[in-house]
Amino acid sequence: MTKKGPRLLQGNEAVVEGAIAAGLRFFAGYPITPSTEIAEQCAAKLPKVGGKFIQMEDEIASMAAICGASLAGVKSMTATSGPGFSLKQENLGFAVKGEIPCVVVNVQRVGPSTGMPTSPAQGDVMQARWGAHGDHEIVALCPSSVKEAFTLTVEAFNIAEEYRTPVILLLDEVVGHLREKVELPSKEELVVKDREKPTLPPGEYKPFAMDQGKIPGVPPLAAYGEGYRFHVTGLTHGEDGFPTNNPAIAEKQLKRLNEKISANRDDLVKVEKLHLDDAEVVVVAYGATARSARKAVNDARAQGIKAGMLRPITIWPFAENEMLEVKAKSPKAVIVAEMNLGQLVLPIKRVMGDSVPVIQVNKLAGQLIEPEEILSAIKEAI
Amino acid sequence: MALPVENYLRVAKMPHIWCPGCGHGIVLQAIVRAIHELELDTEKTVIVSGIGCSARAPGYLHFDTLHTTHGRAIAFATGIKLAKPELNVIVITGDGDAAAIGGNHLIHAARRNLDLTVICFNNNIYGMTSGQYSPLTPQGSYATTSPYGMLEKPFDLCELVMGAGGTFAARSTTYHARQLTNIIKEAISHKGFAFVDALSQCPTYFGRRNKMRSALEMMNWFKDRAVPVKTWEKMSAEEREGKFPIGVLTKTQAPELTEVYNQLIEQLQQRGGE
Repeated sequence: MTKKGPRLLQGNEAVVEGAIAAGLRFFAGYPITPSTEIAEQCAAKLPKVGGKFIQMEDEIASMAAICGASLAGVKSMTATSGPGFSLKQENLGFAVKGEIPCVVVNVQRVGPSTGMPTSPAQGDVMQARWGAHGDHEIVALCPSSVKEAFTLTVEAFNIAEEYRTPVILLLDEVVGHLREKVELPSKEELVVKDREKPTLPPGEYKPFAMDQGKIPGVPPLAAYGEGYRFHVTGLTHGEDGFPTNNPAIAEKQLKRLNEKISANRDDLVKVEKLHLDDAEVVVVAYGATARSARKAVNDARAQGIKAGMLRPITIWPFAENEMLEVKAKSPKAVIVAEMNLGQLVLPIKRVMGDSVPVIQVNKLAGQLIEPEEILSAIKEAI
Repeated sequence: MALPVENYLRVAKMPHIWCPGCGHGIVLQAIVRAIHELELDTEKTVIVSGIGCSARAPGYLHFDTLHTTHGRAIAFATGIKLAKPELNVIVITGDGDAAAIGGNHLIHAARRNLDLTVICFNNNIYGMTSGQYSPLTPQGSYATTSPYGMLEKPFDLCELVMGAGGTFAARSTTYHARQLTNIIKEAISHKGFAFVDALSQCPTYFGRRNKMRSALEMMNWFKDRAVPVKTWEKMSAEEREGKFPIGVLTKTQAPELTEVYNQLIEQLQQRGGE
């Protein structure tokens, strides 16, 4: 699996290495640029470690198949890009509702529709948040380097397993296709988490219990074939997993479903802070855009400008507290750089309110935002 | 044979939601009898469904059960079977679920020859949404969305499965309940993809609009049109008009996907590492 010593790896390849290291043993996918290498690598590598790969008839079936495999007790993943991500949304909602651990990779390209399949964008930030129907919480992680593509894939599996939820890994075409020299952590250095199994016997085990798990609101998950004979449905269900129209039970269960994520924000939300302590201008950027933001901030510092960067590694849940910390220091401006027309900027503006000006640096047409563009925004703001 | 129902049914979840006269209970009973007679391990059998009246069946079956999204039961089941090939995986679907929204999954599962048993509770209508036409509604029949009679030609799902490379396809009806049980037994025992077209009456939403208000009238409608496959093979095109064959329509052997895949895993692992 993971070998010692530096390797030249592509972001998409690193996702597969990370996934297998985290215990991935079932991948179902459908070819779509710029994510296809993930499927290709899984097809080659999974059978060697006793896992299985299948190229399904469509994106919808891929999402369905990983839910089925996960309920059978096997760690599962699929990968896609914007249009395929749209097709997966109904079954992604099913995974949320059925509390099925799985990882969905979206290597973002320019949309809407077929758009620019080989060019980068960050246009699915809100699709990741709200693409599935109904009220729900979602976890989405956003790597900005090849090494992080590896480590965050491991993290995505760990969160999926620990919180019984689908986790979205939001890459962009730059990070997906970027090749970097990386030293991957060894097996011993990795923390790999597995879902909590029921300790209660069949009959007493409730697959959607409020209080049978170690983490409040996260029920242990049996696997099919272990004698529990349990039911999973997309219908609103009680603790026993069977459908109910009882408004009190429905309300309680839907709240638990949301709160198991929202109440654990502090554990889930990871950010990188660069020169934030005395920053007069704070750049917020994620994914490939953060690479340019880092250079811009360092260049600004070299020129005596007190710039800093806040990089959300976890895109969803939103880094509310970290943004409030930025606001509390009353910087002259917050610059939000995104390869879209402004998606993460919306909750940032909500946090900053009228007290901190929010400046947008956006690019739409499939080109990376360059450090100079962010640097000139910093200089204008100061 | 006396049937220990509590081994197989979640009796506490009864009464079921199906309308009076609905045929789905008869198909459900045939499945339970088949499982009982085959002595399948109830702890190693998973039952998966999509959306519709048929899809509520797993809720009453005391196994590992999965009630999924519309049309996608076979795709969910594909993941379960590949992940744990030792499990018996049975898919319960309906004519809208299998032939319309889930048609793509049906033909590809047949093509792959994955060891699933798919039983279509075929009542020729969308019952759950109260009577719209499905791809299996006979031409000329009335539904809420075919108020002037069904204009389109229906699928023959067994022919479709056979055309896609399915290695087992069979048909029976709720009138032929004993044959239906035997066919389901044979389908479950078949190594590879097995499809059963189980005609089931919907007097409430199909019969009522088509001059068959009672379950009995509808079951007689099945009886009058069903022809044993051996007789069917000798009939001319004119004689076949308005009729359909029942029985096992195809049964062949071909390599099964999980077996082939497990062989590949073994070969690669013998070659050693990466």
